[in-house]
Amino acid sequence: MPGLEDLYREIILDHYRTPRNRGELAPPAVKAEGHNPLCGDEIQVYIDVADGMVRDVKITGQGCSISQSSASMMSAAVKGKSIDDIRNLVRRFKHMMSIEEEGNDSPIDESQSLGDLEALQGVVKFPVRIKCAVLSWNTLLDALNNA
Amino acid sequence: MSFDAALLKKDFPLLQRIINDKPLVYLDSANTSQKPQQVIDSMSHFMETTYAPINRSAYQLAAESTDAFENARSMCRTFINAPHTNEIIFTKNTTEAINLVAQSWGGANLHAGDVVVLTHMEHHANIVPWHMLVQSHGIQLRWVPLTSDGQLDLTNLDELLKGAKVFSFTAMSNVLGTLTPVKQLCAAAHAAGAIAVVDGCQYVPHNVTDVIAWDADFLTFSSHKMCGPSGIGVLWGREALLNAMPPFLGGGNMIGDVRLDGFTCAELPAKFEAGTPPITEVIGLGAAISYLTAIGMDNIRQHEKETITYALSALNERYGKDITIHGPTDPEVRGTALSFKFKDVHPHDLSQVLDQSNICVRAGHHCAKPLMRLLGANATARASFYLYNSLDDVDALVNALEGAGDLFSL
Ligand SMILES: Cc1ncc(COP(=O)(O)O)c(C=O)c1O
Repeated sequence: MPGLEDLYREIILDHYRTPRNRGELAPPAVKAEGHNPLCGDEIQVYIDVADGMVRDVKITGQGCSISQSSASMMSAAVKGKSIDDIRNLVRRFKHMMSIEEEGNDSPIDESQSLGDLEALQGVVKFPVRIKCAVLSWNTLLDALNNA
Repeated sequence: MSFDAALLKKDFPLLQRIINDKPLVYLDSANTSQKPQQVIDSMSHFMETTYAPINRSAYQLAAESTDAFENARSMCRTFINAPHTNEIIFTKNTTEAINLVAQSWGGANLHAGDVVVLTHMEHHANIVPWHMLVQSHGIQLRWVPLTSDGQLDLTNLDELLKGAKVFSFTAMSNVLGTLTPVKQLCAAAHAAGAIAVVDGCQYVPHNVTDVIAWDADFLTFSSHKMCGPSGIGVLWGREALLNAMPPFLGGGNMIGDVRLDGFTCAELPAKFEAGTPPITEVIGLGAAISYLTAIGMDNIRQHEKETITYALSALNERYGKDITIHGPTDPEVRGTALSFKFKDVHPHDLSQVLDQSNICVRAGHHCAKPLMRLLGANATARASFYLYNSLDDVDALVNALEGAGDLFSL
């Protein structure tokens, strides 16, 4: 049986206790909301997009350590990146969570290091928590689609 | 016989499971209960010896199957002290039973502007069916508020009920554990000219139920929360009300006659039982009722009152202000659903930590989002106890909470 230390890596708890990029962005920044109807977790993702880049990102919401730390790491990972790179990163992250995008067989670019996000790998061993980890990522996709 | 939960636990094969070298501590019976061997055996035995269609065929086997099925219906009647056996309607679960009342009774009797009164502690199953009538019929909802210790605040009840057509409320909150004063609420509903719909999903599995003493109009409950199988539930309603209601689902079994230009309904209870029912599950429900009745519902309630009394004091003594237990502090007015907040630990994380000790608790909004908003929480952790939980199970919970706080302290 996987132990708690597989799930709650120190870096995850650090992002949980000290979340990065907390707050809101005023319009014209795009806002998307996500919630996990099973557990009640809620998240709001704000992105400021210009010239095909996400210039700034902010997060609000409440949830468990996994959903909150995943959101925090995500915000740090996407800030200042191009939309193409971000979409690739979302796919890669979801792939790590064993969620594949239907009908997309194109290879995932795994040349970049995942950095802190690597720490969330242990979540796959706790299938009920995968939803927590991907909540912010799906919400980010919604925001990108509306940008 | 003195009540011995540890002994009763032996009746439940699943509770004997050892996972990762540790015994299972199942504290999620408010969600769904485990099944005793007696229920499992009755269902297997029925399928091995008696299973056949009911109400349809002339051969002996079908007659035996129908008899067993109808015998279970009659046990349901006795269990809740209903006046007539044909008032027991088999549904899928409580959710379907409340939808039946809302759609059939409500659909026929409620019009734009009519008022339905609910309470702030209802399960979504007793909210959404009425919201649907807001959308389709333009009815209005009013809400009975709560006191700070999670009981119904009845100060303005008569005012809230004025002109209302329906008062639908739970007999026990699945989040707060609160037992509501059902008899008083039924009387208040009737004084205002409203019908009283009682959601007994949490109450019926744990207490003596008497719809005549309550003077209720409808009662709903689910087999899976009372040691029976899932897939079967009960709606009880007064015969006169059920007779006057239009059918809910149409199809086989519920008809008197069908012609090219229309149909007539069967008599009760068939009128509300369209299609082939979960036959074996009904047999299982009957076996669950036998099992519970042999132990005695008053004994079960007494045991649970002792369990919750012990749990409240053990948790409060050990953790003081690190733990906030929602709901009433007086065990007289609460059942065994125990929702709590522990330090700053998110319920999801808490249940993950408890899972390391094989302690099963629910983390989430418990299908009661309006209540969660009132509590100011997105989610709570909930432990719930049943006849098979001994004080050792409470101790296991109390002890396992220990490390959780440190791991997640903000
Ligand atoms: C108070 C209450 N009402 C209704 C329900 C719905 O029951 P079911 O899911 O069996 O339909 C529940 C189940 O949790 C409940 O606790």
